[in-house]
Amino acid sequence: MKSLVEQKVLALNGDEAVAYAAKQADVDVVAAYPITPQTIIVERFSEYVANGEVETAFICTESEHSALTACLAASLTGARTFTASASAGLALMHEMLFVTSGCRAPVVMAIANRALSAPINIHGDQSDTMAQRDSGWIQIYAENAQEVYDSVIQAFRIAEHPDVLLPVMVCLDGFQLSHSVENVNVFPDEIVKKFVEVRRFPKVLTHEGKLALLKLDPENPMTMGPLAFPNYYFEFKRQQEEAMKNALEVIRQVHDEYARISGRNYGDGLLDYYYLEDAEIAAVCLGSTAGTVKTVVDELRAEGVKAGLLRIRTLRPLPFEGIQKALENVKAIAVMDRSMSFGGYGGAVFHEVRHALYDYDKHPFTVNYIYGLGGRDTSPMQIREIYRDLQEILEKNRVETPIRYVGLRE
Amino acid sequence: MQIEEWKFTAKDIAEKTDLFMSGHRACAGCAPATVMRLILKAVRGPTIVTMATGCMEVVSTIYPYTSWALPWLHTAFENAAANASGIEAAIKIMRKKGRIKDEHVDVIAIAGDGGTYDIGIQALSGAVERGHDFLFVLYDNEAYMNTGIQRSGGTPLGASTTTSPAGEVIPGKLEAKKPIADIIVAHEIPYVATASPYYWRNLITKVRKGLEVEGPAFLHVFAPCPRGWRSDPAKSIELSRLAVETCVFPLWECISGEYKLSSPSKVIAMAPQKKKPVKEYLAVQGRFRHLFTPKYEKLLDEIQRITDQKWQKLLKKCGIA
Repeated sequence: MKSLVEQKVLALNGDEAVAYAAKQADVDVVAAYPITPQTIIVERFSEYVANGEVETAFICTESEHSALTACLAASLTGARTFTASASAGLALMHEMLFVTSGCRAPVVMAIANRALSAPINIHGDQSDTMAQRDSGWIQIYAENAQEVYDSVIQAFRIAEHPDVLLPVMVCLDGFQLSHSVENVNVFPDEIVKKFVEVRRFPKVLTHEGKLALLKLDPENPMTMGPLAFPNYYFEFKRQQEEAMKNALEVIRQVHDEYARISGRNYGDGLLDYYYLEDAEIAAVCLGSTAGTVKTVVDELRAEGVKAGLLRIRTLRPLPFEGIQKALENVKAIAVMDRSMSFGGYGGAVFHEVRHALYDYDKHPFTVNYIYGLGGRDTSPMQIREIYRDLQEILEKNRVETPIRYVGLRE
Repeated sequence: MQIEEWKFTAKDIAEKTDLFMSGHRACAGCAPATVMRLILKAVRGPTIVTMATGCMEVVSTIYPYTSWALPWLHTAFENAAANASGIEAAIKIMRKKGRIKDEHVDVIAIAGDGGTYDIGIQALSGAVERGHDFLFVLYDNEAYMNTGIQRSGGTPLGASTTTSPAGEVIPGKLEAKKPIADIIVAHEIPYVATASPYYWRNLITKVRKGLEVEGPAFLHVFAPCPRGWRSDPAKSIELSRLAVETCVFPLWECISGEYKLSSPSKVIAMAPQKKKPVKEYLAVQGRFRHLFTPKYEKLLDEIQRITDQKWQKLLKKCGIA
């Protein structure tokens, strides 16, 4: 695909790519609290504010709980808002994640994925965001710094879309993406500004019977965040689920529209397919690991092995039918999880993928590989072994160990 | 610093539209509900209210009903001040960017004692340190009444609550009330004051001052709860007066660090014979009933002693005595 506009190449790490995208997206309020490996994002953004490069109110809060609260309140007041966090910070936001999605506030948040304590560990894995996958936030996992930049810009359009109105998390692997410098193609400011548009608001009926824009506005008083008893609560939750369903289509549309301008696409915006058409064995993974897996797939293909990869870019909403379709003809699948679901028989991504395959006549072999916890490296050699395992499963026609750990001292 | 004082008559207040409307489900004799109504009588223009989880939130916004005739937001328990931070910052920047009408919007955060003394103190301390322009109103009914009368950092010494019950060996709450208003004064913000709904004129004046000042303002409002205090629902406003007359809850202002007694308390400072014994205040509340038994009556003297000591300390801060 060819780009419609001229882009310049900047050497940015993932965190800087986030900050740059947020700067160009004309954010009104950023409220944040520092935490490794996200800190560079708020540092860079503070510099933009200090140098007058953005028209943004920057609130340096006393905790992540207040950071997300302030973003939520600002968002409901009509501001475009952005924050960033990781690990313990995201865990501290847990309560407010649900309130944010429940209030239908389109806050965008970047997460530099990091392990959860204890023991304390600042390095990358996806335990933090996996633990929040039922919080009502859209979750997009990026493979490289370029995708991080592109995804943050897309996130505002997705979150603020009137059919969606849900908060979005853009997840980038801690250190692998947050701290590694890559060449990133960036748009001129005005292109991004045009793409993200000025925030739109749906019209709702107020308690006074007036049609008004959905925001806190002294001219049109509205009560937000009320108490709902059993007679109404359930309907609120059902509407959130409907918004998630709508998001599947909106994410795809926004991705395609962006791809036409940028010349870059990530599968269909939900799933990224790599040599799956005729693959007999395939891995499924999220995030930066996909880069390594793709290299191994290239090698295997050169050797005549029918290997493929499905990268789940959007985990929430889960592209359920897309996963079924993508893995339709694959005979053995290795699902890779960079987090634990303690006591849950495999990791979260494994649950999702196996779940998607259940309705399906052909039940391919599925195995789960837990890898890279607390920042442990996963090498191309180890990925190769995973594909070798899949070949062996096909040869033996059975799975002996369904849940496996990569590069672990046992 | 001089804060312009709003001159108003009782008629002005009576004629002013209620922004906290009737139909809410507060209990009979609920002083916090009266406090809500009085606070909003002081509103001077476009205003957004945000509230912590608590009695006043749950009784006034049962979907699809609301008692609030102005924009109102609740998100959680511990974060009323963080809500206010976000709203205030959003209004400021959007005015600057021309996204909304360029006019000032007052922001009022309201929380109970749980949402202020305890779970809310971090967000409150952070917000006032950052200097957001908002008024934080604490309505203090001295326990977690919404969840069924559990002790908070604002519950007074000797009070029996469901988590500090007066028993055979323990005479109710063993700890004194946290000096929350002084803690906020220590943040060196422009305006801190205490108020009581019996002195409604004084209360409204203080709310208005809190709105007038630029930067954070904090108002600590005494708010009897007949359910939790085991007091006569008809006597909530009388209790609001007794608390001031016994110096259990003196009324003062602190403008830019300068403490000043408000007239109902100043009258007592000038004529100490007017100061009523604490017993009079405690005796009409069931939560202190056990203090009037031989086993625990010594605590009555202790409460009187501590009240006097705190009063003397306040007088000193106000340059009296």
